[in-house]
Amino acid sequence: MASPARLELSGITKRFPGVLANDAVGFAVKPGEIHALLGENGAGKSTLVKMIYGIMQPDAGEIRWNGQRISVANPKAARKLGIGMVFQHFSLFEAMTVLENIALGMDAKIPARDLESRILAVMGQYGLKLEPHRIVSTLSVGERQRIEIVRALLLNPKLLIMDEPTSVLTPQEVDQLFTVLRKLAQEGCSILYISHKLNEIKALCDTATILRGGKLVDTCDPAVETSRSMAEKMIGGSLKDISRAAGRSFGAAKLAVKALSLPADGPFGTALRDISFTVRAGEIFGVAGVAGNGQNALLLALSGEATNANPASVTVDGVDVGHLQARARRGHGVASVPEERNGHAAVPIFTLADNAVLTARDRLGMVRAGLIDTKAARTYAGEVIEAFSVKATGPSAMAESLSGGNLQKYIMGREILQKPQVLVVSQPTWGVDAGAAAAIHQALVDLAATGSAIVVISQDLDELLSLCDTLAVINGGRLSPPMAVAEAKIDEIGLLMGGIHGEVAHAH
Amino acid sequence: MRIKLEKRHEPSLAMLVATPIASVILTMLIGIVVFDLLGINGFEAVVDIFLSPLLYSYKWQDVALKAAPLIIIALGLSMGNRAQVWNIGAEGQYVIGALCCAGMGIAFGQTGGFLVVLLMIAAGIVGGGLWAAVPAWLRTKYNVNEILSSLMLTYVSFQVLGYLVGGPWKDPNGRNFPATAPLADAQTLPVWPESTVHLGVLVALILPFVFWVIMARSEFGYQVRVVGSSATAARHGGFDSKRTIWATMIIGGAMAGLAGGLEFAGVLHKIDLGFASGYGFTAIIVAFLGRLNPFGCLIAGIVLAVTYVGGQMAQTSVHIPNSTAGIFQAMMLFFILASDILVRYRIRLIPSAKAAGV
Repeated sequence: MASPARLELSGITKRFPGVLANDAVGFAVKPGEIHALLGENGAGKSTLVKMIYGIMQPDAGEIRWNGQRISVANPKAARKLGIGMVFQHFSLFEAMTVLENIALGMDAKIPARDLESRILAVMGQYGLKLEPHRIVSTLSVGERQRIEIVRALLLNPKLLIMDEPTSVLTPQEVDQLFTVLRKLAQEGCSILYISHKLNEIKALCDTATILRGGKLVDTCDPAVETSRSMAEKMIGGSLKDISRAAGRSFGAAKLAVKALSLPADGPFGTALRDISFTVRAGEIFGVAGVAGNGQNALLLALSGEATNANPASVTVDGVDVGHLQARARRGHGVASVPEERNGHAAVPIFTLADNAVLTARDRLGMVRAGLIDTKAARTYAGEVIEAFSVKATGPSAMAESLSGGNLQKYIMGREILQKPQVLVVSQPTWGVDAGAAAAIHQALVDLAATGSAIVVISQDLDELLSLCDTLAVINGGRLSPPMAVAEAKIDEIGLLMGGIHGEVAHAH
Repeated sequence: MRIKLEKRHEPSLAMLVATPIASVILTMLIGIVVFDLLGINGFEAVVDIFLSPLLYSYKWQDVALKAAPLIIIALGLSMGNRAQVWNIGAEGQYVIGALCCAGMGIAFGQTGGFLVVLLMIAAGIVGGGLWAAVPAWLRTKYNVNEILSSLMLTYVSFQVLGYLVGGPWKDPNGRNFPATAPLADAQTLPVWPESTVHLGVLVALILPFVFWVIMARSEFGYQVRVVGSSATAARHGGFDSKRTIWATMIIGGAMAGLAGGLEFAGVLHKIDLGFASGYGFTAIIVAFLGRLNPFGCLIAGIVLAVTYVGGQMAQTSVHIPNSTAGIFQAMMLFFILASDILVRYRIRLIPSAKAAGV
C-alpha cells in the first residue's frame, strides 16, 4: 500500500457485564487528519479510545497502526508507538511546578535541564505559552491543559487523542488551541478529537465518526453536514429546540444577593467579593466565567454549604437566609446542583434511592419519626429515572455505576422534580450529550415557567446564551453587572471572561 | 501470566461475607503450620482454640460472658468507623465506665435493687461517653487525630483506676490489696439460674438489632454513612460532619462504658489493677471481622470469645501460653484487612501473550 492509514480499527468489540460497549466498530484515521469522534454519553467513545491508548483490551477486532496489526498492552506501549492522549480531567499536582509535573509524567528519566530546553522548544514551535517554573495551582485551566498537551507533544506523537478539550476554555483559548492542533496536523500528526460541541467539530475536523449505543452510525464530512444533522445522527432521532412560551414576563424578585463577600476556602480557593444580583420569578440568570474564578464558592454561598455572617446577604422571597445552612435553605425552597457529581452532589457508593434521600428527604417527607421511608425514596428515584430517561438498572443501581452524563441527569432531575423556588446549578450539562443536554435545558425552562428563579453557572457560553434571560460574568470572585442576553455581545463577554482573568493570573 | 486488579462495578456481597470466613480458616491453617514448625501439635492447638469451646457445652457460658462485652463495644466502634471516626480508646472508656458504675454503687452503700443497678449501669454509659467526648472535642475543635488522643486517654484511664482502687476506694478488709470491696449481692446484675450468665448477655443479643435499625433504617444512620463516605456530599445534603463525629464518638464510648459496667456488675463484682483485660482492643478486631455490620459484630464477637476461652483450654491441653489466643486474633485482623480489597476489586489473571508486548 502506498500510504496506509495512521490508525485503522476494524470490528472492535468490547463487552462489559450486561453492556456491549463497542459493537464491531471500525474506522480509519489518515496521517495529518483531524478526526472527530462523536456520540452520546455511553455511546462507547471513551471505551474505544481507552482501547487505542492501551488502558483496556478489545474482546475482538483489530487495530492497525501504519498498516501493521498491533495490540496495545498498556498506555506506556501506546506512547512508545507514538500515541499521545490529553484527558478531560488533568492529572497534575497542584503544589508542584509545571516542569516537575511534566517530568513526573515522562516514561524516560530526562535531566531537568534537558527537559526544560525541550519543553521550551516544543512550546516555541507551537506557540504554547507556559512558564515552566510556575506552581500549577496558580495557573488557569487553559494553562493547565497546555501542560498536558506539552507533555504529550514531548513524545513526538503520531496520533494525539484529545478528550473534550474545550469544555473548560474561554472562546479565546479555544481559538489558540485550534491553531496548535491545526499546526500539528499540518506536520502530519493525526488527531482524534472527542467532543460534543458540534460547531467546533465543523470548524476544526476533517472527518467525523459518529457512535451510538456502541455501534458506528456514520463517518461523515463535518463541512458538508450541519450541526443539527450530526446531532440527530448522534441521538438517532430529531432534536427538539428549547420551546418557550412567547412573551414571558418575570415576576417579583425571588432570589436577591446583596454585597455578598466570602473569604477563600483554602489556599486554592477563590474569595467572593461584593457580589450583588437579583433573580426574578421565571427568570434564568446565567453566570459565565472561566473555571476557578469563584463559581464554586458562589454555588456554595447560595446553596448554604457556606454560610455568611450577614443574614441579608442572601434573601429568598424577602426572607433572609444568608446565615442558614443548606438544610434550612432547602426548607425555604433553595435547591442546588454543584459541579462535582461524585462525592458532592451524590455519594458514589450509595444507590440512586439512597442518593434521593440526600437532598429530597425533607421536601418530600422521606423521614418519619427519625426513620427513612425507603419505599418513598425508591419511588421518587424511579420517577426521576423515568422523567429524565436516566440509563440505569433502577433505583438500586449504585451512583458510581452510572456514566457521568446519566448521573448528571439523575441529579438534575432529583432537584427539578422537587419543584424548588430557587434552583442554583453549576455546569448543568457538563459531559452530557446533545440529546440529554436539550432535555435538561427544557426542564430548566419549564421550571422557570412555573415561577421559579434559576441561576445557571456554566463555562459553556453557548449554553448560557441559548438558555438564559440575563447574564453576568464572574472573574476573580467579582461579578460583572448583569446584561440582558438579547443585547449581549460575545466579544464583550469573552473579554470580561478572559481579558480580566489574564490580569489576575499575572498578578500572582 | 499477569495478575491484575480490576474494580468491580458494585461491591461484591459474596466477598463481603466470604472474606471474614476465609480469614478465620486461613488463621487456623497457618496456626497449624506454625505450631508444627515450633514442635507443638498444631492441629490439637488449633482445635482447642477454635473448636473445643463450642464442642463442650459447659464452656458455652464462658463464651457467652466473653462475647457480650466484645459485641457491645464492637457495635459502638463500628458505628464510628462507618463515619470514618477511629476510636481505638474503647479500652479506656470501658475502664472508666466500670469505675463510674462502681462509684455509683459505692454511693448507695449497701442499698441495692433494680433501680440502683440501673443507675449504676447508666453511670457506666455516661462515664464511657464522657471519656470519649474528650477526643471528639479535640478532633472537632483542634483537628487532633482521635486515633492518638483516644489511645492515650486509655493509659490515663489506667492511672485513674490505679489511684482509685489503691486509694479512696480500697477495700478496708482487703489485706491492703489495691482492689475495691466486693459488690453487695443486691447491687449485682441478675443472673440466669444455675449459671454465671448475667443480664448483659441478653443486652448483647438485643443491641445488634437496635444498631441495625439505626444504621440501616434511621436518618441518623444515613447521616453517619454519608459523612463517612464523603464529607462534602454530607454538607450538600445538610448534615453536620462535626456533630456526627461528636455523636458517633460518644456512642462508641457509651457502649464501651456499658460493657465495662456490665462486666463489673455482672461478672467481676470488684475492680482491681487487672480489670482492663483487652476487650476494648479486641473489639476493634470484632468490628472489622464483622464488617462493621451489627449482626456481623454479633457473630464475630462469638468467634473471638471462642478464641479467648479456647486459649485458656489450650494452656492445659497442649501447654501453650494463654497469649497464643492473642496471636490468632491478630492474624484474623491481618487477613481480614488484607482481603478487604477483594470486596471492591476482582483479581484477573491475564495470560501473557507475545502480542501484548509491542
